[in-house]
This record gives sequence, C-alpha cells and structure tokens, in this order.
Amino acid sequence: MDLLLIAPLALCLALGIATVMLQRAWLNRYAGVLAASVVLVSGVAISAQVLSGRTLTALDGLLRADALTAFMLTIVGAVGLTATWGGLAAWGTTRRRAFAYPSLLVAFLLAMSLAVLADNLGILWVAIEATTITTAFLVGHHKTRTALEAAWKYVILGSVGVAIALLGIVLLYSATVATGDPTLSWTALMQPGLGLDPGLVKMAAGLTLLGFATKAGLAPMHSWLPDAHSQAPAEVSGLMSGVLLSVAFYGILRVQAITDAVIGPSLMRGLLIAGALLSIAEAGALILRQRDLKRMLAYSSIEHMGIIALAAAIGGPLAIGAALLHMLGHGLAKSSIFVVSGRILAVDGTTRIADLRSLLSRRPGIAVPFLAAMAALLGMPPFVLFFTELAIVIAGFQRGLGWVTAAAVTLLLIAFIGLARHTGDMMFGTSSSEADEEPVDRSWHGPRVPLIAALGVTAVAGFLVGPVSTLLAQAAHVLGGGQ
Amino acid sequence: MSATLYAQAIGMCSAVLLLSAVLLVWRRAQAAALPLMSLQGLALAALVGVLGIEAGSPELLALALLVLVFKGIVLPLVLVRSSRGERGGAPLINTATSLIAMAGLTALAYAVSAPLAALGSGPTVQAIPVGIALVLYGFLLLVTGRHAIVQLVGFLVIDNGTSTVAFLSSGGVPIIVELGVVLDVLLVILILYVLTGRIRDEFGATDLDDLTELRD
Repeated sequence: MDLLLIAPLALCLALGIATVMLQRAWLNRYAGVLAASVVLVSGVAISAQVLSGRTLTALDGLLRADALTAFMLTIVGAVGLTATWGGLAAWGTTRRRAFAYPSLLVAFLLAMSLAVLADNLGILWVAIEATTITTAFLVGHHKTRTALEAAWKYVILGSVGVAIALLGIVLLYSATVATGDPTLSWTALMQPGLGLDPGLVKMAAGLTLLGFATKAGLAPMHSWLPDAHSQAPAEVSGLMSGVLLSVAFYGILRVQAITDAVIGPSLMRGLLIAGALLSIAEAGALILRQRDLKRMLAYSSIEHMGIIALAAAIGGPLAIGAALLHMLGHGLAKSSIFVVSGRILAVDGTTRIADLRSLLSRRPGIAVPFLAAMAALLGMPPFVLFFTELAIVIAGFQRGLGWVTAAAVTLLLIAFIGLARHTGDMMFGTSSSEADEEPVDRSWHGPRVPLIAALGVTAVAGFLVGPVSTLLAQAAHVLGGGQ
Repeated sequence: MSATLYAQAIGMCSAVLLLSAVLLVWRRAQAAALPLMSLQGLALAALVGVLGIEAGSPELLALALLVLVFKGIVLPLVLVRSSRGERGGAPLINTATSLIAMAGLTALAYAVSAPLAALGSGPTVQAIPVGIALVLYGFLLLVTGRHAIVQLVGFLVIDNGTSTVAFLSSGGVPIIVELGVVLDVLLVILILYVLTGRIRDEFGATDLDDLTELRD
C-alpha cells in the first residue's frame, strides 16, 4: 500500500469537501491553487520514487504508478498550478458568488489525477467521464446564451463520445472473460500470451480510440471544443486546453499499447494518422480565418493534439518521449496564454481579434507574456516545442512515415501563418486614434510568478537532461516503445 | 432454470429492449418517452436478473435491483420533469425515413457483431447485436432530434445499449466500475436536466435550433 498514490486523491477530496462545507472566502479563492500544488508535489515525489526503480501500487492494484503515470501527474499539477494561480486575478469580480465554483475546480483536478493513477481501464473511463461532469458548469459559468449553448454541446458530445469508449472497454473486457481471466487492468492486459481474440480486440480498440479522441479534441470529433474552450472562464479554458486533452490522449496511449501487443500497430497507426492530419488541416484552415482570440487558441490546441497523435502513430522511444514532453510544453504555454487572454478580456472587454490592436505599445505587461507564450506555441526555439516537433519529424522519417510527416509539416505551416498573422495584428497593428491618448499600461493585471515560471520551464525544458529524459525514456518503454 | 427457458427469457428481454427503442424513435412524442424509457429499464433489469439466476450470482441480482430502481424509475422521472409542459419538436427526418433508417441500422448491428462470435454461441452472445442496435438507435435520436429532450433520450438509449452489451458479453464489468458508471450517468443526466431548465429560461423553449450562435 503506497500512501503516495492515495495522498493526492484523498487530499483533493478533503479539500473539495472542506470548500463546500466551510464556505470561507480565502479557502474558496485558493482551493484550486492548493489542489494543483498537492497534485504537483505528489507528481514530483512519485517521479522520484519511480526513478529510484520502484513501481508504486495501492488499493489492491487499482492504483498504480509507473514512469508514464508519474510524468502525467506532474503535468496535471504543473499546468493546474499555472492556470489556477494565474487566474486568481479574476476572482474578485464574479466568481465569489458562485459557491460551487471552487469545489468543482478541485473535483476537476481530482478526476484528472484519478484518470492517470488508475491501473484499470474502467476506472480510467469513469474518471474521464467525471471530468465532463465537473467542468460542465464551469464551462457554463458565465450563464450567457453562448455559454449555455457551449455547455450543452460539450456535455452531450463529450458524454456520448466517451460512451463509445465504454462500449469498446466492455468488449475488451469480454475478450478477457473468454480467456478465463477477466481483467481491465492494463498491466495485466499488457502481459504477452493472453490469447485475446484479435477480431474482438480490433473492434474494441477502434471504439475506444473513437471515444477518447472525442475528449482529446481530435478531428473529426472536435466540434464541441472551440465552443467550450472559448466560453469557459480563463483558468478553466487553460486547464481544459492545457491538460484535459492530454489526459484523454493518455487513455488512447494506454489502449494503443494494449492493442499493438495483440494485433500489431497497423490499425491504431492508421486511425491516428487520419485523426492527426485531419486535426492539423482543420485547425490550420479555421485559425486562418478566425475572428475570436479564444477560439483561435482552441483551434491551436486541436493542432497540437494532432501533432501528438502523429507522434503516437509514429511510435518508438524518440517519438513517444517527444510526445510526452510536447504535452508538458504545450500545457504550460497554452494555460499561460489562456490566462493572459482572460486578462485581455478583463481590461479591454473583448476577445475579438479585430478590436485588439497595438497591445504591445498600449499594455506591455499583458503583451509580453502573450508574445512569449505564442512563440512557444509556434514552436520557436529555445522553447521546448521546437525540439519536440523536430524530434517527431525526425522520428517520422526514421520509421518510414516520411510522406505523412511531410504532409503534416506542410499543413502545420498554414496554422503557423494564421497564428503569426493574427498575433502580429493584435500586437503591432495600428489602432484607432483614441488609443494614442491612453497612458501606457505596464500592469500585468494579475500574478506574474506563475506565468514567468511556466514560460521559463517551457523555455529551458528542451535542454534538460538527466532525470527528466530518464523518466521520459522509461515512460516510452512502458508503452512498448522500447521495441 | 432449464436451458430452453433461459434462452427464451434472454430472447424475450432483448426483444422488449429492441421494441421499446424502436417505439421511442418512431413515436417521438414527449408523453411516450417516459413509459418507453421505463419499459426499457425494466427489460434491462429483467435481463440482468435472468443472468443472475442462471449464474446463481447474488452480485448480479443486486445489480438487477440497482438497474431496476435507477433505469426503470429514477432516470425516466428526471426525464419527465425536464420535459414538463412541452411538445416535441419536429425531427429532421419523417417517421417513414426513420423507420427505414432503423431497419438499416439493425442490419448494420448484426453485420458489425461478427467478431463477437469469438465469445461462443450461447443465447447471450446471439443477443448482443440488440445492444449494438440500441447504441445505433441512440445515435439516430441524437443526430435527428432537434429538441433537448430527444437528445437526452438518445444519450440514455446509448447507455442502455452499452449496458446490454456489457451484461450479455461478460456478465457485467467489475462491480466498482459498474457503480462508477451508474454514478457518472446519473450525474450527466442531472446536469443535462439543469441545463435544459436554463435553456428554457433563456430561449423560451428547448428547441436546439436556437443554439446556433457559436460557429465559425
């Protein structure tokens, strides 16, 4: 029994209950930050344990932590801390009245932690469905017509999509029942020589991939994503775009590892390539003619999930390691930029790209972190996404997916041009005459530390060697990437 | 239970499941949704009960009771509360078309169930395509329904279909997962119930054609 695995879940649960029961102003304000800190500390502690060669289990093997789990939990904590801490500025205005808001935020972090800690596809499913439940009212928080519309589409499409995944998991379970050893534990399912029926596993894998891909925002099942991510409050958008998509993709990675062991990599590879290319193409086309800042950022998340899907399709230690590091870098940069766009909405009252001009000269305190985060998302060096994208491209050519990789890179250029053009317009574009009369606003309009820390980590993560790369290599090995 | 009786009971329960779903798609009227959803829940509970008696498993019998209360009574009641005082909107396709579509989907359900032959050839395995058909009907309701309540019903039918497949193919997933799934579905339905109320307050009706402000 490893308390280290139970600690983040139990502490988050206690925190959520305390927030609801006590209704103290300070607790409501800092509940999300506290929960994210707990998850981050547990993630780092578990990573240290894993690096010392241990594999942790708890609750009769229902919870288990290997290198992949440890890394994912650290991402949840790190991105969660960036988003909740950075989003504190908006607290004073509307959020104080919504009494369930802080506890839902804590429950959201709890659900994501459970999803990565569970060694059971059924529990993983329950946890991913729970993320939809906890975020439904967070998306609809502003209670406007558009927020309501976004929340409805999100809950319907999210839960129906994930219901398909449940059907797949059920079929996988029935395949193990047929062999006389019923299990949903992916550790057990990864064992060689289980004798699962290939036809059944093929059907199960396709359905599970389709279901989790809905939640991971891969085209063509992504239509809820731009609505939900643009209507939610800034820190919730940051959490959903930055880490929820990656947690859902983690489910795909686990299922892929199981499937590849039974029927070989061709099925999952084909499906993932289709999803990746469609996502990148669709995101690029819609970024190019996007009029709203937050929707543009949401499409950028679809693009990055496409890149991660491409890496998963390529497989192997280099691509998988790069995909995991890409999740971290994208999560930190995307949550930072959503927090900043929340500040833009708070001070300028709009996220319409056409209404935002010459931000760099008018509000450098907001524009500079925005530019830094955008540079990271565009894959500029020295930010880590430059190195991960390079690694994925190299791995693609090495492993015989050269044409697909080349097509993806071409499509990525479209997204790059769109994002760069819109950013240029907002930062440097000439504004109407009234802006010239305003004094220069140097305020950051919220906490600086989380943004500086998150973007700092994104900038140096590409140069980190030692423990991080060992952890990534082990995580890739867990997924069968060693072969 | 004799083998013939067992096979007949399984067949009977599956037939009622399928029939209730067909009627749901066909009738579309809000007033019909409550008894039909309730009937579907009862048929599923009976199915689990039959499996429990055959296997002599008290766990399955307890689950049958849970399904009975939850899908036979609680969820239909939530459904009827969220649809109070409303008439169903016209679906995108007419009744004849949806019946033809259902015939096609049923054939499709049997076609895609071919890999399930690996599970054996007992009466339970032969009935699995019914669960798949339920899932497909649920999608039909979701895609063609222009009304919040119809989409809610569609989601429930998909969930019932998944449960049917789970119980028929493996005698149900592990109990802890089953409880988690039940809790999740209940919470999703409650959230949709609250959202339906808010949509009605905001838009005056729950016609989803009004939800078109967000687009690219």
